[in-house]
Amino acid sequence: MAASIQSLAAASSLSAANSIDSKRVHASIPGRKASFLVVRSDLRGSNGSNLKGHRVGNLVTNAVASPEAPASASKSGHEVLLFEALREGLDEEMQRDPRVCVMGEDVGHYGGSYKVTKGLANKYGDLRVLDTPIAENSFTGMGIGAAMTGLRPVIEGMNMGFLLLAFNQISNNCGMLHYTSGGQFTIPVVIRGPGGVGRQLGAEHSQRLESYFQSIPGIQMVACSTPYNAKGLMKAAIRSENPVILFEHVLLYNLKERIPDEEYVLSLEEAEMVRPGEHVTILTYSRMRYHVMQAAKTLVNKGYDPEVIDIRSLKPFDLYTIGKSVKKTHRVLIVEECMRTGGIGASLTAAINENFHDYLDAPIVCLSSQDVPTPYAGTLEEWTVVQPAQIVTAVEQLCR
Amino acid sequence: MALWLRRSSKHIIKNLMYSNYCRNNITTKTTTAASFLNEKADVVSPVFFVGRRFESTKAAEMRIDPQFYSSEEDEDHDDLLNQGMDFPGGKVMFTSEMSFISEHSDKRIPCYRVLNDHGEIVSDESYQQVSRELATRMHNSMITLQVMDTFLYEAQRQGRISFYMTSNGEEAVNIGSAAALSYDDIIFPQYREPGVLLWRGFTLQEFANQCFGNRADYGKGRQMPIHYGSKRHNFFTISSPIATQLPQAVGAAYSLKMDNKKDACVVAFMGDGCTSEGDFHAGMNFAAVMEVPIVFICRNNGWAISTPVSDQFRSDGVVVKGPAYGIQSIRVDGNDALAVYQVIRAARNIAISEQKPVLVEALTYRVGHHSTSDDSTKYRPIDEITHWKMAKNPLARFRQWIEKNGWWDEERDSEARNTIKQEVIQAIQVAERMEKPSLLELFTDVYDKPTNDLQEQETSLRETIQRHPKDYPAFTYSL
Repeated sequence: MAASIQSLAAASSLSAANSIDSKRVHASIPGRKASFLVVRSDLRGSNGSNLKGHRVGNLVTNAVASPEAPASASKSGHEVLLFEALREGLDEEMQRDPRVCVMGEDVGHYGGSYKVTKGLANKYGDLRVLDTPIAENSFTGMGIGAAMTGLRPVIEGMNMGFLLLAFNQISNNCGMLHYTSGGQFTIPVVIRGPGGVGRQLGAEHSQRLESYFQSIPGIQMVACSTPYNAKGLMKAAIRSENPVILFEHVLLYNLKERIPDEEYVLSLEEAEMVRPGEHVTILTYSRMRYHVMQAAKTLVNKGYDPEVIDIRSLKPFDLYTIGKSVKKTHRVLIVEECMRTGGIGASLTAAINENFHDYLDAPIVCLSSQDVPTPYAGTLEEWTVVQPAQIVTAVEQLCR
Repeated sequence: MALWLRRSSKHIIKNLMYSNYCRNNITTKTTTAASFLNEKADVVSPVFFVGRRFESTKAAEMRIDPQFYSSEEDEDHDDLLNQGMDFPGGKVMFTSEMSFISEHSDKRIPCYRVLNDHGEIVSDESYQQVSRELATRMHNSMITLQVMDTFLYEAQRQGRISFYMTSNGEEAVNIGSAAALSYDDIIFPQYREPGVLLWRGFTLQEFANQCFGNRADYGKGRQMPIHYGSKRHNFFTISSPIATQLPQAVGAAYSLKMDNKKDACVVAFMGDGCTSEGDFHAGMNFAAVMEVPIVFICRNNGWAISTPVSDQFRSDGVVVKGPAYGIQSIRVDGNDALAVYQVIRAARNIAISEQKPVLVEALTYRVGHHSTSDDSTKYRPIDEITHWKMAKNPLARFRQWIEKNGWWDEERDSEARNTIKQEVIQAIQVAERMEKPSLLELFTDVYDKPTNDLQEQETSLRETIQRHPKDYPAFTYSL
């Protein structure tokens, strides 16, 4: 465990490489009542951060204290690392609603293997931040039972790969019981944990479970990629009445970003426009977003104008935002970390082909990992993950 | 002085050893050698201790200094009070005699019963008298369950419903346990406990509706027959894979504990086959560690479809598995409704007052087939089935007892059976004629609100039906 945490430190170099766009585009989906509202926050604004738009129910307007507030700050908000943002979201929700509880291995006094729940046990007690024995099927089942009785558990898998042991509970019960009980029992759980390819963590610790879970009816899946959307998605997931699986990435926990002080909740079903463009739509999520942005720099130098969308919502897809983009650029590149066969990219390709076939000028290109278990050796591991150079090449070919 | 210390230390230590083996207290204090011999030590604290999270558990050697006891006062030389050690998890005494714990004890755990085969009470003083009202209600419910099972099974054989599972032979476990619980207790059933739902007021019509999957079914026609679920009866919807309900039940009990509810517990049912599943182990372990108010009831009916218990596990039934997890357990005669009632009452009290799990193994027999898809005569002798159906019938035994008390007679019995038979037939007919759920219900409740793609799929389906009406069953016309 120590090794993986040290290797995470290397990942913080990623934060220097990316430029986190502080303007979030608010896209509204017609015909669907949004359960939560995206709060537009302009971090560069000098008029302070006023909450624009509507208020949702009982939004608590407690400002989250910023750890560092330089006297002559022109920027508002506070800087956090991604795991701290997750913790903030969790903490705020636990404070707001006494039914929210956390369960998982080592989440209590140890604070979680990635420190997402650090300090929460001291604040809310051993019972609300529950350390469990090592049985994923058990504490997932326990979370489902508790949810049916009225609590709102947040279940942490130490690594997404271990949640395969809980697949029975997630598929046969979590996704289904609301339906099969005729709507009598709701299961508002959040299942979260780190997944994805890390730094030499070996095959079993490098699973991309989104491809296995995507078929399960009744669950929603979201993937966070920045501290801003991590906190917003965590809060949205907890408030949702449906079971939500929140995919985090092992290498992104140390990303730093300035996030607003006031409360905000993001929408679970929306994609995020990272970089508007004209020539090609690049769809991605989680860690690949950063590889794409790195490639984007190179592409811009070469004269291309890629539009980068972080799809965020893996189930269901935000086909509105994606469709709008496809209608503009007519070319699609999907960059994902999943395996080629049966991954999110495969489903997304099918969905776009079905819905927007007439708008495409070229076949959809999907860059994904090969169908191999993730090897341990650093070089081999690098070759299984899509690298910026590949993305640049793909765009060049697509835009010929 | 030395003499006093000598005797007293032995006294203290002997007490300690006694408590070691006879009690199971947990203390969070680390006991050291000094405190044992402290003359002011009136605390003869037992030596199991829970390793506190923050204290390091240093393996400390604890040795009683030989000068404190002389050899002439020693009766045994392999006195266990020679040495012990603080391992993580508690203090353990050493022994120099290698012996394996036997996989079987000499005698099987005995089975608690109140009524003998002739309907006479043979129990001890702990038996609490059951009132006439309760007893007649119990018998009535057992009859209802039996009659309902018979007719719904027949309905399946006639092709009117697709599937059914009877609880033949297990009526006493069903009703006996149901009668001992309060309506606030949360039930996580497996699938052979409709009697519990019946006791709580689920009507025959509601049962039939679920089996036919019609518009009035609370499950909206989404689950197989006998997969009942009713929130207002605190009966959680049945899910086909076995044992999945066990960790969920622990979660519900955890939720009760969080809410500090002192008057309700969770009851999780399971069969003998269920105890082989991973979720059984997980649920039991969690219940013990979390210290939640839950009663696990195992209906050991001897068969898991065609697998007899001898092929299911090699332990002495299920009751011995409880202590392996640190859970109090008891074995009861599942065909004795009174005994089941007494035991569940007691188990429930323990679970609620002491906030910890209890395991009850009810020995019974599955008289019917596993389900309508099974013919159990293929794998077990017919005389065995007949023996349990006739000679060991739980209803017969209970009836003998209530008849002896003058609370029941032949006339009442046949009257009850006739009435219920009419009701069941009527319920089946009504349920059969009722409309099926509308098309809309195919897509609702997947999420709290249908997503875009689900709405699209619904539109597409409606269009297809409109285009090809003849290819779809008539009832979809009334969408």
